[in-house]
Amino acid sequence: MALRTESFVLNIGPQHPSTHGVFRMRATLDGEVIVDLEPVFGYLHRGIEKLAEERTYTGVIPLTDRLDYLASMSNNLAYVLAVEKLAGIKVPERAEYLRVIMAELQRIASHLIAVGAFLNDCGAFMTPILYMIREREKILDLFDMVSGQRLTYNYMRVGGVSQDVPDEFLPALDKFVKEMPGWIDEYDQLLAENEILLARSKGVGILSKELAINVSASGPVLRASGVKWDIRKADPYSIYGRFEFEIPTGMVGDCYDRYWVRVQEMRQSLRIIKQAMGQIPSGAVRSEVPHIIRPPVGEAYSHIEAPKGELGFYLVSDNSIAPYRCHIRAPSLLNLTALRDMIIGWKVADAIIIFGSIDICMGEIDR
Amino acid sequence: MILNFSRSSMQYLQTLPPDWPGGFWWHWLVFTVIIIIFLLALVMGFIWFERRALGRMQARLGPNRVGPLGLLQPVADALKVLIKEDIVPAKADKLVHWLAPVVAFVPVLMIFAVIPFQDGALLADLNIGILYVVAISSVATVGIFMAGWGSSNKYSLLGAMREVASVVSYEIPLVITIAGVVLIAGTLSLNQIVLAQDVPFILLQPLGFLLFFIGACAEINRSPFDLLEADSELTAGFHTEYSGMKFAMFYLVEYAEALAMSAIITTLFLGGWRGPLLPPWLWFLIKVVVVFFVMVWTRTTLPRVRIDQLMALAWKFLLPLALINLLITAIEVLTWPVALPWVMILVNIAIMAVLVVLWSKLFKLGWGRVEI
Repeated sequence: MALRTESFVLNIGPQHPSTHGVFRMRATLDGEVIVDLEPVFGYLHRGIEKLAEERTYTGVIPLTDRLDYLASMSNNLAYVLAVEKLAGIKVPERAEYLRVIMAELQRIASHLIAVGAFLNDCGAFMTPILYMIREREKILDLFDMVSGQRLTYNYMRVGGVSQDVPDEFLPALDKFVKEMPGWIDEYDQLLAENEILLARSKGVGILSKELAINVSASGPVLRASGVKWDIRKADPYSIYGRFEFEIPTGMVGDCYDRYWVRVQEMRQSLRIIKQAMGQIPSGAVRSEVPHIIRPPVGEAYSHIEAPKGELGFYLVSDNSIAPYRCHIRAPSLLNLTALRDMIIGWKVADAIIIFGSIDICMGEIDR
Repeated sequence: MILNFSRSSMQYLQTLPPDWPGGFWWHWLVFTVIIIIFLLALVMGFIWFERRALGRMQARLGPNRVGPLGLLQPVADALKVLIKEDIVPAKADKLVHWLAPVVAFVPVLMIFAVIPFQDGALLADLNIGILYVVAISSVATVGIFMAGWGSSNKYSLLGAMREVASVVSYEIPLVITIAGVVLIAGTLSLNQIVLAQDVPFILLQPLGFLLFFIGACAEINRSPFDLLEADSELTAGFHTEYSGMKFAMFYLVEYAEALAMSAIITTLFLGGWRGPLLPPWLWFLIKVVVVFFVMVWTRTTLPRVRIDQLMALAWKFLLPLALINLLITAIEVLTWPVALPWVMILVNIAIMAVLVVLWSKLFKLGWGRVEI
């Protein structure tokens, strides 16, 4: 006898512990299985792209802090690179090195939150994320030293960085770089080989190589699917061409691969920081750039490998003091487009960890 | 002080003529009060203990502001929920919503009627004690399902359905493991089971203990089986729509269940109140806290399993092993010479190791995707 059953709609979010902000998934469930899913976003829209048109080129930098608030340094970097490309401004050597160090530290900090939040979504009650926040604190202390801020740094400037690092920064960074590999090993010992974690995340939420490329996914999500694509190597910006590092790639494209790729990327970032610390020259950290910049008429697109993927800024100038148009290519938004295909057929519990493994930041999606 | 009190009250009870008509009611009154005080005090202690232990394991301090070492934190929490507004959802089934916390709480309290705190110190020495525990403990599920259904909230309903599914599945291996203990002890009375434990049954029944502990964690929804209130998936599960004192009741039930299960594990496997030097009730308390500590430990460490994996674990892993355990125990009870318990311990531990390793090689979890 066939029972007459009905599917029902479950609203996951906008206020929900695991939506990493104000994201909403309108899931149609058949029992526990998700048969349809509609992502809804826009709850955090602040009109940053429009606001940018009303400000001077320097004045936009604080706005970029508010995009992906877990990786403000990377946002700063992507934006100033675009302006420098537009106006043809050269950057001093020391500033380039400082930028690379900050961007890689930011990558570690962002991945720590990503991995910790993912494990928390798996149900490891707060323990992994609190350990990872402990290490993120140390990175925030370093950022605090150079910029006086702990979340929205506003550190990069067009033509360099806002100020040179204090004397105690490099020894502190050295200490951090020496200690961090041990901590990453500690996370691995805590859960990486855990039977329940493997059962929950291996083979779950597979994003195929073809689909990943088609939806224009980038960053760890794309690399976990087995595509060796990293803008630091594919289109080297700043001085990334001078450093040796590897691009970790996954095999299957499941949640575990995304987790694994992030952990490996932290190790690679430490490698880059170590090399940069050895090579950093002394000198000026900022070239002579007027406060009010009037780039020539034209347009420029500049992209970097942000922690969450390819972060791009497209700027159009009409030779005024403010950008005529500013468009932001947010990696979180594009990575999220594959969400429905990844989740359908899995259960509610899987939906949460698949969503968590993409590692999104709502500030960037809604802009 | 408590020791003296319990001893003197016991002596007083024993001096009464056995046919004194008031004796039964006197005994009933004293132990009801003792059980309620014991339960409330220990639940508060457990809440504090869990939060402190969690804090330590998570590289933070835990509550330390209210009272010395934060000891009064549960009191402050209780006070807070008491003065909170009691919100009932507009579409809730009012009666069911109101009744659910009570239905969930009473059976947990009733379990303690047959738990011996020391020799003969229990409310009712039922000769079917453990059967009574098994029967009563599943009634709390009804209360939880009522909460999930009555709230008219989809998260609550999902949590409640998970609860029913997991309890129905885990009762079976749980009862079969208990049967192993009963075979060795030769009695169903919990007090007699403790008296039979010259060697704690954890040594004679290592596999049984392992299965029972896993099953117990699932039965009372402790991590890694805390699916019904999986906070990262279902916000708060079945008690999402509860606030104020009703919520506090569910909170109480959760810890009282953990306490009850710790007490049952202590009684069945760890020799109950038996132990050298220290007074029996203190031994009982220490063992209960140790068992609870292991539960806290797993909670801080392990991720949560998925609902189909939970079912698979019960039916494909725990149930076959529980049956094998019962068979081996039965053979041993029939054929093993009484003089050689220590050899039996070694044999049993070896059997456990071999079985668990072999069976976990056989045990595979599916990928879990459903084609739509």
